[in-house]
Amino acid sequence: MKHYLVLAVFAVLVALLSVGLTLNPREVPSPLINKPAPHFQLPQLREAAKVFSERDVIGKVWLLNVWASWCVSCREEHPVLLELAKSNIAPIYGLNYKDKREDGLAWLQRFGNPYQLSAFDSEGKVGIDYGVYGVPETYVIDKQGVIRYKQIGPLDDDVVAKKILPLVKELRNK
Amino acid sequence: MRWLALIVLLMPGPAWAEEAKPLAEDPVAEARLKQLAVELRCLVCQNQTLADSNAPLAEDLRREVREMIAKNMSDQEIIDFLVQRYGDFVLYRPPWKASTTLLWIGPFFLLGIGAAALVVALRRRAQKLVDVPVTDEERRRVEQLLSQGARRS
Repeated sequence: MKHYLVLAVFAVLVALLSVGLTLNPREVPSPLINKPAPHFQLPQLREAAKVFSERDVIGKVWLLNVWASWCVSCREEHPVLLELAKSNIAPIYGLNYKDKREDGLAWLQRFGNPYQLSAFDSEGKVGIDYGVYGVPETYVIDKQGVIRYKQIGPLDDDVVAKKILPLVKELRNK
Repeated sequence: MRWLALIVLLMPGPAWAEEAKPLAEDPVAEARLKQLAVELRCLVCQNQTLADSNAPLAEDLRREVREMIAKNMSDQEIIDFLVQRYGDFVLYRPPWKASTTLLWIGPFFLLGIGAAALVVALRRRAQKLVDVPVTDEERRRVEQLLSQGARRS
């Protein structure tokens, strides 16, 4: 009887561990999921005289990708973004976070530009409104301007295929 | 020549060491900032408070909090602002909510179970110790055997 008890406790521990080890303790889930995308109005990266706001994209399903020229992981996910942009499934807008204009533009020139345009958040205040704590981060926003998904860290083909694309398709059909 | 050297050495020069990041002009505001910042978490260096961390995001968030203090927002409003954007994890002390009761009570609960198990185990063992009446004859035999053992070892 005692042996079964010990075995049961052990089994519970194994179960807890096998779930726990797959989780990322550094991940901070966003409270903005299923809430309207916070309003902002920022100058554009390339054309500084023009502004961009999340309101400009109402009616479309779109991706907001937070990136910076100093961010190493952004380079990792960049090919994925370029692919995604080419497939024309959903427009990608960039949020150039805490960067210098020349550096941002040079980076896009060098590595390719998947964005319809990038908004220039030099002080990171819009980033704070969006709960950005680590670059890159990507948001999927629906036609009503509600955030439906947030990717913390770089995108990879797996996440795009399994999470992003199905979600975008679903949202487009609504 | 030596006098020149001496004069140069004794002349006060500019000190290049800087103070730690400049405090706001208002010490009351800074005190409020500190009070709030030790209850908030740095999301980059997640084991540090907003007050301790040197991460760029921590500096940005401290700046935000300073601005909110300057706007005369209450402590609760400032906390709500951050929780709205970053979730409960931005609070260094987990809030008391339905979802966190297990976190708060769990350790004490487990301690309770452990203590109960210990009590039960000790009681059972005490019950097993039956008082067996020992006759004098048997007692003498026991002592003989024990002393034999002692001599051998």
